[in-house]
Amino acid sequence: MSAILLAVGGLAAFAVGYRVYSRFIAERIYRLSEDFATPAHTLEDGVDYVPTNKFVLWGHHFTSVAGAAPIIGPAIAVIWGWAPAFLWVVLGTIFFAGVHDLGALWASVRNKARSIGALTEDVVGVRARSVFMIVIFLLLLMVNTVFGVAIAKLFVSFPSSVLPAWSAIAVALVIGYLIYRRGVGLLWPSLIGVITLYVTVYLGDFIPIALTDGTLGLAAHAQWILILFIYATLASLLPVWLLLQPRDYINGLQLFVGLGVLYVAVVILSPNIVAPAFNTNLPEGTPPLVPLLFVTIACGAVSGFHGLVSSGTTSKQLDKETDARFVGYLGAVGEGSLALATIVVTTAGFATLAEWEGLYSKFGGGSLDAFVNGGANVIAGGLGLPREFAVTLLTVMAVLFAGTTMDTGVRLQRYIIQEWGNIYDLPWLTNSYLATLVAVSCCLALAFGAGGASGGGGLILWPLFGTTNQLLAGLTLLVISVMLVQLERPAWYTLLPLIFLLTMTILALVYQLLDFYRASQWLLLGLDAVILIAAILVALESLSAFMRARQRLIRAAGPVE
Amino acid sequence: MTHKKRQHASPAGGFRRAVQQLETAAEEYYRAPYRGAIARAKRDEDDLFMLFVFAEMLGIPNPAAYFTLELQPLLLERFHDWHRRMGMEHSPLDHFRCC
Repeated sequence: MSAILLAVGGLAAFAVGYRVYSRFIAERIYRLSEDFATPAHTLEDGVDYVPTNKFVLWGHHFTSVAGAAPIIGPAIAVIWGWAPAFLWVVLGTIFFAGVHDLGALWASVRNKARSIGALTEDVVGVRARSVFMIVIFLLLLMVNTVFGVAIAKLFVSFPSSVLPAWSAIAVALVIGYLIYRRGVGLLWPSLIGVITLYVTVYLGDFIPIALTDGTLGLAAHAQWILILFIYATLASLLPVWLLLQPRDYINGLQLFVGLGVLYVAVVILSPNIVAPAFNTNLPEGTPPLVPLLFVTIACGAVSGFHGLVSSGTTSKQLDKETDARFVGYLGAVGEGSLALATIVVTTAGFATLAEWEGLYSKFGGGSLDAFVNGGANVIAGGLGLPREFAVTLLTVMAVLFAGTTMDTGVRLQRYIIQEWGNIYDLPWLTNSYLATLVAVSCCLALAFGAGGASGGGGLILWPLFGTTNQLLAGLTLLVISVMLVQLERPAWYTLLPLIFLLTMTILALVYQLLDFYRASQWLLLGLDAVILIAAILVALESLSAFMRARQRLIRAAGPVE
Repeated sequence: MTHKKRQHASPAGGFRRAVQQLETAAEEYYRAPYRGAIARAKRDEDDLFMLFVFAEMLGIPNPAAYFTLELQPLLLERFHDWHRRMGMEHSPLDHFRCC
């Protein structure tokens, strides 16, 4: 089967989902109103609350939610064949992610742009808020660890990416300095910066940088993990204008360029899919498709992280409430299209089935390597670029996505730890440096605890990361559903995704719990148990919140004659 | 048709306008997500500066008092917001009551 069919079929389904389903949800369920004064107007302060053009806002929202996760998840999940991954990404984006992201935006806008965490306390209760905080901390802990491990793996596998990936940091620092300290306009520094980045991508192939095994008694992979977390510590302490802001900007540009290049190359090359639709020849040790598929692909199908972005930043800048459909739903579709591109290149970017099976010889084996190699084959064949250049280009794209998420993730982890220091009256924990040290130490302990002395097996955490992400999505859907019940509107469109996500998450956690027990992986077993308890608490909170909401409605309706 | 309108209607004018629009969109795209974080960072720096300026009045020896004294009238308008942000409900200065 031609990969174009898969790509075009998926994009067409997204277009129909946006035109039809999102309109139905926006008009009939959330009932978005053009006349509603959004917090960007009622609380306008020129800083946080600013009415923003919907296209610009969509650009922010999309680039904030899309990163390395919609690449890694689908690149692992195609081991079960392209069809399950394709169906979950397409249907998940249309019926789960779009409704979730749009709903989070609507819920926040209707409540003075409060965050989903704050809304959880208001709408569901204090206990649910505590669970929310624990889930967020676990999510950040795992995302930082997994991305650190993934970048280290890419640096070892593709040494040509080291020079451009670190050069991007220098480019970002220079752009930040020129804009804020020298007052230079944005256009020229960004143009020169992006060109410099692509020149270093080209040079990377001539100047590969590989660390030697055994330095300080550590494997190259372990050395990279340490270097990356030292970097993340420093980066998360730097002012945002100096590094994070220009880095995010460059990443955004890279995302659009990368997506465009991949889709155009697929259309020109029109490769055939070599992977089976349903893989019946699964490598030993591969977990069952149900429930693991639904936590392996979190971002790209539905992701709780989007709720944080929707309610944290985007809702404060929404000009009109009706723009929420374009920004929220289409933001989810944007991420779905990145996941779809990943499925296409990881299943059609290889010459033979044997070559594909060679990469997918164990669960988690293909992953980013398959994305980079498959994508490079497609770009080289479709656009005629040198394969080595394409390899470095895609590796740098994945590294930069993961790297920026790490910068932000460590910073957010620090904020949570500092908040705990305030709550529990531990002044030493409110210190920025100590809080960052605690955050990074937790990540390092997990990276080496889960992935062994070399840290190489750290990607084992991926499905566990997916469960926390889905749990967070479940909490957001719970808030939206309770709001809908309180407003006496149909809640099934958010309730069914919530039930499905909670069921799959709990099943996946139980399966992994037994698996970790059999493999005597006690650290992961403990982590799994904590997440499982949080998931059960979310399920119980959901039940109790709905019972309360129903009883309130019955009381309001009065006694029946 | 005025000279300005003619310039915009020409291909060069159209190109210039397109570049300007692109630059405006890029500026917005660059700044909007971090506007709040940067404003907060600036406020933290300003708060520290306020402490330097009013240090002598709060009983903290300030070797640069000769210079900072001159700045006090310029910063008086911000003084009320500052002391409240610093956790002091009322002005900490006996001889200067803003509230």
